[in-house]
Amino acid sequence: MGRNRWFLPVASSIGFIFLYAPILSLVVFSFNANRLVTVWSGFSTQAYADLWADPQLLPAAWLSLQIAAVSATIALVLGTLCAVALVRFRRFRGKTVLQATVSAPLVMPDVITGIALLLLFVTMQSLIGWPQGRGVLTIILAHSTFCTAYVTVVVQSRLADFDMSLEEAAMDLGASPVRVFFDITLPIIAPALVSGWLLAFTLSLDDLVIASFVSGPGSSTLPMIIFSKVRLGVAPEVNALATIIIGVVAVGVVFATIYGLRQGGKQKQA
Amino acid sequence: MTLNLPGPVSNRLAWIRRGLATMGISGRALVIAAPAAWLTLFFLVPLAVVFGISLATKEFGQPPYSDLLTTSDKGTVQLTLHLSNYIRIFTDPSNIYINAFLSSIRIAAISTVFAILLGYPMAYAIARAPDRWRNILLMLVILPFWTSFLLRVYALSGFLRGEGVINNVLGVFGIAPLTMMQTDFAVYVGIVYSYLPFFILPLYTNLVKLDPALLEASADLGARPIRTFFSITLPLSMPGVIAGAMLVFIPAIGEFVIPSLLGGPGTQMIGRILWDEFFSKTNWPRAAALAITMLIIVVIPIMLMQRAQNAVVEGRR
Repeated sequence: MGRNRWFLPVASSIGFIFLYAPILSLVVFSFNANRLVTVWSGFSTQAYADLWADPQLLPAAWLSLQIAAVSATIALVLGTLCAVALVRFRRFRGKTVLQATVSAPLVMPDVITGIALLLLFVTMQSLIGWPQGRGVLTIILAHSTFCTAYVTVVVQSRLADFDMSLEEAAMDLGASPVRVFFDITLPIIAPALVSGWLLAFTLSLDDLVIASFVSGPGSSTLPMIIFSKVRLGVAPEVNALATIIIGVVAVGVVFATIYGLRQGGKQKQA
Repeated sequence: MTLNLPGPVSNRLAWIRRGLATMGISGRALVIAAPAAWLTLFFLVPLAVVFGISLATKEFGQPPYSDLLTTSDKGTVQLTLHLSNYIRIFTDPSNIYINAFLSSIRIAAISTVFAILLGYPMAYAIARAPDRWRNILLMLVILPFWTSFLLRVYALSGFLRGEGVINNVLGVFGIAPLTMMQTDFAVYVGIVYSYLPFFILPLYTNLVKLDPALLEASADLGARPIRTFFSITLPLSMPGVIAGAMLVFIPAIGEFVIPSLLGGPGTQMIGRILWDEFFSKTNWPRAAALAITMLIIVVIPIMLMQRAQNAVVEGRR
């Protein structure tokens, strides 16, 4: 390798520094005493007190968590049904159309999804009177729809990876399709269901654009509040909130990785 | 872990199934029907509604656009369609819409190239790392994705701004502050920063499968590492590069958050133009026409490209 030996470590280190330096500086400056500029002027937890006292951020965070939990659950059910139909059912009319329709939201820009759903809700309201106005309900409907696509992809790949012989064996032994699904298929795809739900939850929690289109007065989600605050510059209470979110996610991901490694190790030993 | 259905529940499910079967509805049909009905109502129908409203004109009122169907006093129903929004998109004297489309494609393409240059060595280093390191490095790539996208763009803005971290560091060395925020450059950095993990993961999956024997053979035959890279590793990893590049390019084109928080007034990307048309100018029909135009000239070609690419990959298997 000779003189090329230094290239790879240096280049990839630059990449990792690029990924982490802004996040770390955000965390560090959330403890800054100076409110206005990103110049260090001493340690303080004032930003966290500001966050606690902020009339908008915490209620919006709670609302967003609820919306994300409900949307992810609806998306989990619809996405799993969709994946089972696409992978396990041999041929049915409209299979290609269903496959194309369920994967289209993955490449659809948020602005298009947002405006399309808003115009649908407005039209539906004038035609059949439902949904009345826009708010939490319309955000949940919108989020469930685009999250379904992601859940389908995750569950689909897990279903495709494991062979059908177990299910066929259960069928041969006389189990009904419903029973086969709950006793055999569901336990096998459980890891994909967990990651699909988490993915949907994260995407819903993070969505600014679609929620901005379909929300109404009094139903501002967390990203909408954050966006309106940071649009004009630095907001220390947002730094504090970001630090908390990053901390929770980091702990979760580290534990998940350790758990995954342990499971992998067990499988190797077996 | 096995989820054992207690007998009664299972019996009840069987009973429900039998009941449905007598009505001529199979369980299979229900499994297909639920997601199909949902996606039709909340994905396909909305696109049709957007197309309909793109043929209306802006009006003051609630909702702020003209009715397509009007009933006259004599009871005749009249359908009025306006092509003016589409004509305006392509012939606006300032070319604002055309330029926004072009600059979205340009910005997405430039950012994708930067993502490839930065992400390739990272994916390669992870694929070649010892086993115990590999999982930790992968975790470090995935972790930012699980935190908020919006907050990471905000973190980057704190980094790049005039009185931000980079300029403070430069100041220590006596270098005058650089203007990075509100430029196209900041938008490139923002896109690479946000979507780099999406580029690295598929490429890593490809590189880790690369047979080391091929590299050894090449070295044994006297090729220098750089030659081995360009004639073996790079060509074999192209499917991974393309898959990863698409995952950067596609979301970058319709991006709204990054150009709004990091770009300047001159950074006119189509997602931002559509947003302004809708929220600032309340011109819903024009915004709808922009969405349809974007769908036809950007989204559908991308879907067809991906389809062709998947077909090639499937064919190789």
